[in-house]
Amino acid sequence: MDFPLIAVLAATLTIATPLVWAGLGAIINERAGILNLGIEGTMYAGAFVGFLTASASGSATLGLLAAIIAGALAGSLMGLLTVTLGVNQHVAGIGTTLLLIGACDFSNRILFSAGSQAVTAKFDRLFAGTGFFAQYPMTYLAFLVAAPALWWVLRSSGFGLRLRAVGENPEAADAAGIPVAGTRYTALVLGGALMGTGGAFLTLSLLGSFTLDIVSGRGWICIALIIFGRWKVWPVVAGALLFGFADALQLQLAITPQFGAVPNELLIAFPYLVVIGALAIWGRGVRYPGAYLVPYRRA
Amino acid sequence: MSFTESRPDEVSEAPRALGVPLAELVGITKSFGALRANDSIDLAVAPGEVHALLGENGAGKSTLTRILFGLSQPDSGEILIDGRLTRIASPADARAAGIGMVTQEFSLVGTMTVTENLMLAGVGLGRISRAAARSRVLEAAARLGVTIDADAVVETLSVGERQRVEIVKALFHNCRLLILDEPTAVLVPQDVEILFDSIRRLRADGLGVIFISHKLHEVVAIADRVSILRRGRIVASLPAAGLSPRRIAALMVGAEAIIPDLAEPTEASSDPALDALSTSIGLASSDLPDAATDAPARSSGPVPAPAQTAPAQPAPAQPALRMSKLTLAGPARALLDEVSLTVRSGEIVGIAGVSGNGQTELVNVLCGVTATTSGTVHVGDADITERTVTERLAAGLGRLTEDRRGSVALSLSVAQNLVLEDLNRFRRGPFLDRRRIRAHVADLIERFDIRADPNDPIRSLSGGNMQKVLLARAIDRKPRALVASQPTRGLDVGSCEYVYSQLRALKRAGTGVLLISEDLDELLGLADRIVVIFSGRLIGEVPAHTASRQELGLLMTGHVANPVPPDERAGVTA
Repeated sequence: MDFPLIAVLAATLTIATPLVWAGLGAIINERAGILNLGIEGTMYAGAFVGFLTASASGSATLGLLAAIIAGALAGSLMGLLTVTLGVNQHVAGIGTTLLLIGACDFSNRILFSAGSQAVTAKFDRLFAGTGFFAQYPMTYLAFLVAAPALWWVLRSSGFGLRLRAVGENPEAADAAGIPVAGTRYTALVLGGALMGTGGAFLTLSLLGSFTLDIVSGRGWICIALIIFGRWKVWPVVAGALLFGFADALQLQLAITPQFGAVPNELLIAFPYLVVIGALAIWGRGVRYPGAYLVPYRRA
Repeated sequence: MSFTESRPDEVSEAPRALGVPLAELVGITKSFGALRANDSIDLAVAPGEVHALLGENGAGKSTLTRILFGLSQPDSGEILIDGRLTRIASPADARAAGIGMVTQEFSLVGTMTVTENLMLAGVGLGRISRAAARSRVLEAAARLGVTIDADAVVETLSVGERQRVEIVKALFHNCRLLILDEPTAVLVPQDVEILFDSIRRLRADGLGVIFISHKLHEVVAIADRVSILRRGRIVASLPAAGLSPRRIAALMVGAEAIIPDLAEPTEASSDPALDALSTSIGLASSDLPDAATDAPARSSGPVPAPAQTAPAQPAPAQPALRMSKLTLAGPARALLDEVSLTVRSGEIVGIAGVSGNGQTELVNVLCGVTATTSGTVHVGDADITERTVTERLAAGLGRLTEDRRGSVALSLSVAQNLVLEDLNRFRRGPFLDRRRIRAHVADLIERFDIRADPNDPIRSLSGGNMQKVLLARAIDRKPRALVASQPTRGLDVGSCEYVYSQLRALKRAGTGVLLISEDLDELLGLADRIVVIFSGRLIGEVPAHTASRQELGLLMTGHVANPVPPDERAGVTA
């Protein structure tokens, strides 16, 4: 039997897509000095609100917009906690994740009787039947629009310069007249919107439905990818592709007869082991943004 | 001139520079709670004037400059720029009014390039043009008369270079009045010269400069006018020409008791308080206007500098602290490289060097915080190389480390911190003997003039008081050897003087003192001989009474003019 390389590579892009969206959002947050552990819950909220709106309106596009707004709101909540109130970022982030997942599961239980919902409105693959290029529109947007755009913003825009200054040395940024709190809120809202988009990809493209635990740790994977990619756009995208490839590979191996003897649990764990291994090799001695985790207060 | 001429009410009668002042502060008052940091301050800076602002820590200099730069708002008072009433509510307002400020804490983003840093103020949200900004950076650098690599990442630059970047930044934003807050505190002598050249260029360019410094000879060398702040008030504002550093010192601390001595400023004073004071503010040469080159004149000044008494020291005393080929391996290169030095009883040996050349590592090795890779340390005859911190204390090693707040338990009280290292002495069975502790602490507080209640949490103490606690704790043990690292960093003139008097007393009592300092004046004033550390090695030694700042400065940057064969460096290799 021939190994279906094209299919595995195509699946790699698909699996990497939500990680790219949420990862880009996390880059924006962390470059501004904020570790957003609300990422998992924000993706979850994007997935649920996107699905809910799409199924109520019958429009996947409306669902995506709703997911973006939900993500932005989750980002503002993190802003309120970490920027305005100066709460410890670990606590604020984990709290946000727990709150959002709980609220979504609760609403799901109230609105629907079953845990998993049927397919309603969803995006279809473009260029169907072309193998590798048969991808969802949000995959094309992630790799060809969002990632290059953020790369350009960080490198060549005034906003990017402000973002980096606020995350490295907020005192210097303040002295230069840059609104530190405003820039951090903006980063959290934009980043949250991207995370929400990543979550919506799961319900509105990949599955077309909502199931409990749909995000299943992808947000946490992003946190690792950011360190792996040293807060830079292309290395983070590369990390997402590495995870995507490992996951696609194990999915393929699981249905390959020659690997029938390998326990399925081991295969499922494989991509996560790859991430841990990659972090252990390339994630050491990294330099965090100067103001990482530190709330800013004027002296 | 008599002292009364410089009373506050006469400030306004002092001759003003011609024309409209660049900036004028009128009746600036600012209170923090009960403390009046600025009390109706009037100050004017003319174009092309270098206006020195002097005063002890807490005299109100920072508050005043923060108000002028928009970082703080006055309770009352007005700011006039070019004679027009101007409201400065933020640094952006200040920049728009042509005011720039360079503080000791640089406002630079280390991971960005010089150009990116300079673009930060006023950058919008959209596309940025590095090329245009880059040429403006080079233009501003040329105006300052310095060369700057506009594409260098800031964290790769030296302290002196970063300061130049800060000044270029101010010029980049079309500054006409530049505030320099203790600009020389972080510089080696060569960089000070470059800074002064730049200031002279700016003055010739018509800029106004407010220059804040503790070092009086620098003020005399560069300023056109001197204003002295004490307890939030301007007590004198005088032309700098012909002003003696000694007189400035007296005005700064407002020590009325020593004023009579000012009548004969050229004669040796018999007042020990003033001598100590003068030395403590780095005032060893008296009236030479260009004090940057005055080192040889030091010993002819009015202050009986301790260096002069050094040659009279009875020859070879017992070694108090002996380091032999101390080496500490680092990741890339040795952090300490065969450091050999002997400090004898009754001697103060100074270690000079630009920070980061192994001073911290040396102190850590001596105090037992870091294990040495090879080499030995002796206190008296005892080899303490492998000993623990407690055993070193018992062997007679005292220390004052550079990080004061790291040397105390911040959440404990003054009393608890005072006995923390001697708990065994105050034991009664398994418990502490509170009564004896109380008596002991009361005695130390009295003897060392610690201005605090024994039960005050130590974190509430000022730097000077905290240093007194540490001094008391170290000195009470009558150490054979004392390692004092940056003992006066961040302290005001009065506290510095106190620390100096205690170090001198220790020396008289026969303790060998190793003094590590970045303040050359402190080393020149206190030490018997000065050893220079560079890149983890001791690269030269000079007797303090013949040392020149130039010689030390060259050594500190690693230039050894005539390398001395190790066997001839008797004092160093011991």
